Amino acid sequence: MSVAKSLPHDAAPLHVTGAARYVDDIPLPEGALHLAFGCSEVAHGRIASVDLTAVRSAKDVITVLTAEDLRHENDVSPSPSPEPLLAEGSVHFVGQPIFIVVATSHLAARKAAKLGRVEIAPLPAILTIDDALAAESRFEDGPRVYEKGDAVGALAGAKRVIQGEIEIGGQEHFYLEGQAAAALPGEDGSMLVYSSSQHPSEIQHKVAHALGVPMHSVRVEVRRMGGGFGGKESQGNALAVSCAVVAAMTGRPCKMRYDRDDDMIITGKRHDFRIRYKVAFQDDGRIDAVDFLQLCRCGWSMDLSLPVADRAMLHADNAYAIPNLRVESHRLKTNTQSNTAFRGFGGPQGMVGIERVLDHVAHEVGLDPVEVRCVNYYAAPGEAMDSTHYGMPVEDFILSDLTDRLLENSDYLKRKEAVEAWNAENAILKKGIAFSPVKFGISFTLTHLNQAGALVHVYQDGSIHLNHGGTEMGQGLFQKVAQVAASRFGVDVDRVKITATDTDKVPNTSATAASSGSDLNGMAVQMACDHIRARLAEFVAGDDAEQVTFEGGFVHFEGKSEPFDALIKRAYMARISLSSTGFYATPKVEWDRIAGHGRPFFYFAYGAAVTEVVIDTLTGENRILRTDILHDCGASLNPALDIGQIEGGYVQGAGWLTTEELIWDEAGQLKTHAPSTYKIPACSDQPEVFNVALWDGTNREKTVYRSKAVGEPPLMLGISALLALSDAVSACGTAYPDLNAPATAERVFAAVERVRS
Amino acid sequence: MADKMHIKLTVNGTEEEFLAEPRELLIYTLRERLNITGPHIGCETSHCGACTVTIDGKSVKSCTMFAVQASGKDITTIEGLGTPDALHPLQEAFKEHHGLQCGYCTPGMITRAAKLLEENPNPTEEDVRFGIAGNLCRCTGYQNIVKSILAAAATMNADASSSSDAIGQTKVEAAE
Repeated sequence: MSVAKSLPHDAAPLHVTGAARYVDDIPLPEGALHLAFGCSEVAHGRIASVDLTAVRSAKDVITVLTAEDLRHENDVSPSPSPEPLLAEGSVHFVGQPIFIVVATSHLAARKAAKLGRVEIAPLPAILTIDDALAAESRFEDGPRVYEKGDAVGALAGAKRVIQGEIEIGGQEHFYLEGQAAAALPGEDGSMLVYSSSQHPSEIQHKVAHALGVPMHSVRVEVRRMGGGFGGKESQGNALAVSCAVVAAMTGRPCKMRYDRDDDMIITGKRHDFRIRYKVAFQDDGRIDAVDFLQLCRCGWSMDLSLPVADRAMLHADNAYAIPNLRVESHRLKTNTQSNTAFRGFGGPQGMVGIERVLDHVAHEVGLDPVEVRCVNYYAAPGEAMDSTHYGMPVEDFILSDLTDRLLENSDYLKRKEAVEAWNAENAILKKGIAFSPVKFGISFTLTHLNQAGALVHVYQDGSIHLNHGGTEMGQGLFQKVAQVAASRFGVDVDRVKITATDTDKVPNTSATAASSGSDLNGMAVQMACDHIRARLAEFVAGDDAEQVTFEGGFVHFEGKSEPFDALIKRAYMARISLSSTGFYATPKVEWDRIAGHGRPFFYFAYGAAVTEVVIDTLTGENRILRTDILHDCGASLNPALDIGQIEGGYVQGAGWLTTEELIWDEAGQLKTHAPSTYKIPACSDQPEVFNVALWDGTNREKTVYRSKAVGEPPLMLGISALLALSDAVSACGTAYPDLNAPATAERVFAAVERVRS
Repeated sequence: MADKMHIKLTVNGTEEEFLAEPRELLIYTLRERLNITGPHIGCETSHCGACTVTIDGKSVKSCTMFAVQASGKDITTIEGLGTPDALHPLQEAFKEHHGLQCGYCTPGMITRAAKLLEENPNPTEEDVRFGIAGNLCRCTGYQNIVKSILAAAATMNADASSSSDAIGQTKVEAAE
């Protein structure tokens, strides 16, 4: 059976030879046009005049469009709240598209876009969390509150209380392939769109509205993305819609790709947060109550900010049974890029908040932070079951066992002693070591999105064509799902051809997001395969169909075996249908997002990490020395691909909290808009020792082959890097380091100075 | 507008001759003029390495070199290294050791790694980590990339020693 095997990524032979095609590699017919946006250079203001004469007369320019030239909807919003493709009357952030230049080459379009003369009468710009609070600038009427017990009352009567605050910076996705789309006009108003998108159905939906045609006239194809990480859930809409609109207008194929600087200036990022906390605890570190204030900077449009902020609230407990927990969330509207989905979708920020609380309490009571974490853990299965602050029972809490195993495998206690010994002897270089756990909820919190479709054909030669609604962005979804299909038919995975995600084949798909890709699409594919398998079994055995097995390339019944392709040929001749759709909807999930109560998640995925770092107290420079991870993928569909997700997730999470810093100037311009100024982890930054192992267990819920989702959860293992830096700073004095994220060299240096004084 | 320049270069063994504006960047020549789309555009500021090619024995980020600067030179891209049916040991290793996820950085990464192994056929893990530090990957966390390169080095060294043995034998036979 091909499930559970560490097979290579399906497109690996294409990737290693440069033959894998991304949107910008697709050859377009002669006469294709190229698009670029002319953008606002002002954070907030009224458009007084737009003079595009120089743009229109620039070399190789065909035409220029403003909002007035759009014949139908001027909207690319993924939420109910509007978000214009091109600014109408006013601008709301530096980088907001105002006009589209159409030229015969990419460079000609970009050059001409700089020639626009747009006069903007500036209005006061709300840039920061403080600005937004002062101006009461927010989405939704007021703060959202989720609560269990009586945190305020418990805090008032408590003996030991501390409070604090942490700033958590945003994060640029930095998918290596920037946003890109192409559109080819067809006959009778139809449009074919290629998009680097995690959400083909939404591209189809937005393009249809922009063209004023029904969705059936728009076909969107996505073979692969060069990375997504959430940044291609909604941010590709503007490019695809622009291409389709211009293609419909001119009758010519159109392509648009953002240059890296444009990409970073125009598109949204991970939401930055400020989290305030007040916590009541006992001498052994047991936490009685926490009151969180989560301030979330959403940017100028709603985009996906509400569910992002919800998920931050839903992860404010992480792994801990806190009897009184209150979370107050403010979704603040600012004149900056519209922050969007990013791997973890708010969960990481919520989790940083509670891990900070645990770290601070451990410092206060003077106990090992691991001990303080364990004493607050949710109950293990078999003990009296705890519920989260949103009322969901925690039924499968494996973290106690997982923690013990990781501490043993990583030799935590000995290494902690060694770190202390090192710090006692060394004045300049200080080491730190930290552990952090992850409990991450799996399912879309917008419950209706938890559905998926698939389409499977078996051709008369026995080859299998597979299609489903998920998109491939490098995570290995196609390979995993192909392994599921091969396993259902008992054939080698080479027999299965995986084809591009296509709205013509599977309709009404959800974004490939929320780590749900293989859970949802794997199940839908399994359903489709099983429909065909049932027809074949009945053809072979009639009423005894249940006794037919599919294994090793053969179909077995009553001691006889027939090659799979021979049976397929016979079945075709006997006029048996060899094609089927499959459909899956996640069971059990149901909750009220306003009240913050119910079961938003089908299950939890778990993991834990131990990170050791060293800092230079003279400069704040630092390195990760060693990382040990134990992570829960249930019964893994493909251990090698899952380990790849864990390693990549950890590094991306550690990057977010250490080196990746976004800086806006006082005019609201993003100053870190290229890899020269925005530092994602490089190969030379990686830990010298990096051990990753999978937890040996299965999902207690009935997921596809009892596997668990893996896309997002490991990102939060990177929190251990921030905590380890905090631990190293702690070695310099007695005060709590109060380290903000990202803990850049500058911040580490400042924290060292602070704890020393 | 400046006059077009006469450019003649060799890409993956094929001679190419054309007229281009002096500001045409090599990555555009490769991708748009010659339809060689293995080298990708990632940042266009020579930081990410997705566009890495080899020019006269040096790793070069083709997004920040003008085509005219490459005139007269010999260029190798990922397409010149191997094909899906006949993979170079590095390509085989990246496939087998999961040295890729989204694959966008992969052509540049392998092109750089090929040069690195030419310069240093027996690299330590640290040599590899610093040797490819100019090529960014956002997906893998680099672990499997490093493993792939070390595995390819081992394979290539084993191949080299077995073929030198074979040559040695031929010499002995000839001497007899």
